[in-house]
Amino acid sequence: MVAALSPPRILPSGDAAITVEFSRTIDAVANRRVLALDRLVAGDALTGVTETVPTYRSLLVHYDPLQIGFEALGDKLTELALRPLPEATATRRWRIPVVYGGENGIDLEDVAKTLNITPDEVVARHVGGDYRVAMIGFTPGWSYLSGLPGSMQISRRQNPRLLTPPGTISIGGIQTGVQCLAGPSGWHLLGRTAVRTYQLHRDPIFLLEPGDAVTFTAVNEKTFTEQDRAAEGGEFVAELMS
Amino acid sequence: MSKLVIISVSPGTSVQDAGRFGAQRYGLVPSGAVDRLALAAANALVGNALFAATIELGPLSSVVTARGGAVRVALTGATRPADVAGQPMAPNTSVTIADGESLNIGVARSGTFGYLAIEGGVRGELMFGSLAVNARAGLGSPYPRPLQPGDELQVATASSANEKRIDLPAAVEGPIRVVLGPQDDEFDDAKELFLGSEWKISAMSDRMGYRLEGPVIKHLHGHNTVSDGTVNGSIQVPGMGQPIVLMPDRGTTGGYPKIATVISSDLGRFGQTQPGRGFRFKAVTMAEAQAEYRATAELLQSLPGRVHDANILMLDIKALQSANVAGVAVSAMDSWTWQTQLSAEAQD
Repeated sequence: MVAALSPPRILPSGDAAITVEFSRTIDAVANRRVLALDRLVAGDALTGVTETVPTYRSLLVHYDPLQIGFEALGDKLTELALRPLPEATATRRWRIPVVYGGENGIDLEDVAKTLNITPDEVVARHVGGDYRVAMIGFTPGWSYLSGLPGSMQISRRQNPRLLTPPGTISIGGIQTGVQCLAGPSGWHLLGRTAVRTYQLHRDPIFLLEPGDAVTFTAVNEKTFTEQDRAAEGGEFVAELMS
Repeated sequence: MSKLVIISVSPGTSVQDAGRFGAQRYGLVPSGAVDRLALAAANALVGNALFAATIELGPLSSVVTARGGAVRVALTGATRPADVAGQPMAPNTSVTIADGESLNIGVARSGTFGYLAIEGGVRGELMFGSLAVNARAGLGSPYPRPLQPGDELQVATASSANEKRIDLPAAVEGPIRVVLGPQDDEFDDAKELFLGSEWKISAMSDRMGYRLEGPVIKHLHGHNTVSDGTVNGSIQVPGMGQPIVLMPDRGTTGGYPKIATVISSDLGRFGQTQPGRGFRFKAVTMAEAQAEYRATAELLQSLPGRVHDANILMLDIKALQSANVAGVAVSAMDSWTWQTQLSAEAQD
């Protein structure tokens, strides 16, 4: 027997968007329901829906109020959200190379001290995780991954850094992230990847999709430098495993 | 082809249109003009598509010069003095800048952003269907950054069209209207405080977000909620309790509770509110907000019909005659109205 799904909360985000909230916390089932609803909305081509933004716990649905009202769209989204969840479907899995530590991962030593393990063990645990892209947001290509091993969870930094390098791989709370552009971050920086999750004039411009699986693999500084040069020219340095 | 050369420019000036849509799920925010009505009005004045790219002008002074031919432009948005080679330019009108002459745009007196539309639009490379500048994402054309002195925009040489002015409805006054949510249940009495207090926009504000100054808004369960999607006008409340209204260059997701959202019809008016000037919020129902949305959409569509030749005085002669307030109502500028009156009398 499949347990009945609870209806999501239909919340107004102004007069032209609805937040369909499945949970208030980071929750694997909620994220699966978000991604399933996202696919249903795309597949049904709902009248008036202009774009969607899946996140850990909710789906933001932008719509045109000239075409459909809040009540009608809310009812339709509730109905779609209560359809049985599809079996976990085959999804793409990416292998993302990371150079850990040193100037590319300035917090690796501190994270090791906090967790009372060696830096090599931090890398081993991070590489050992089985990750999913839970959401992409904040800035272009910034991918939030679920699946960080429980033994790696530490709270965010007290003082967020105003500027962190492009390609930063970091951890914060129960999440790990693949950052594309330079920007502020309150997470702990473990390393860098040459993979560009967002690159203009490349096809596709955005590499990862919400729901994609990700495996990290450790590379040395020399490999990173070579891959970074190749990636700058538009080459993919992330490997599609399945 | 002519060129419009940026001689000097206010901070916060960039090419903006309606924005780019469809990639918020990848973290790419739409950007686009803060005041869409003023953007569309400027474009209507020079016969462009309503949401074509314009120069969104920051509040300080700017100077642009036409080179290689004349350039026809229109200026809307924040009210400010402007002149072409010493000849004053009225707000909400078009003007032709002769080859080698300059348009001098003064400091905004009320409002923040001006919109300088160029007849034929701005030439550039569309990215996701838009020229709008998003400096963080390296997007926007012809320059993926705010404009700087020395920048040159390739534009059409001015047509011989008459200069125009646009008849806009009186500015809406009163509180900025919001729809509560999506996380208003994270606040208790603080909701009354939010709606009952006077607010000011901080000088520490930009196209990403306007910080508000006023009472401290306290959360029920702390401020560390899980990130979810944002829209233009989302009012998020960070830990220190001073709300931030998210603007067109916002992050696509945010982790602070959102107490309310500015209605679409008031986003432009809110975005034009000058820092330091007091204002209030007012909660409206979804039905009211969406009725206003439809009214604003109709107003936008009516803009081309509100454009008139600049040298003809606007008087609704028929309305005056039927109201019979003036007995004989004619326009001194338009001899056709005298004829109408005479022929009407002849019939009596």
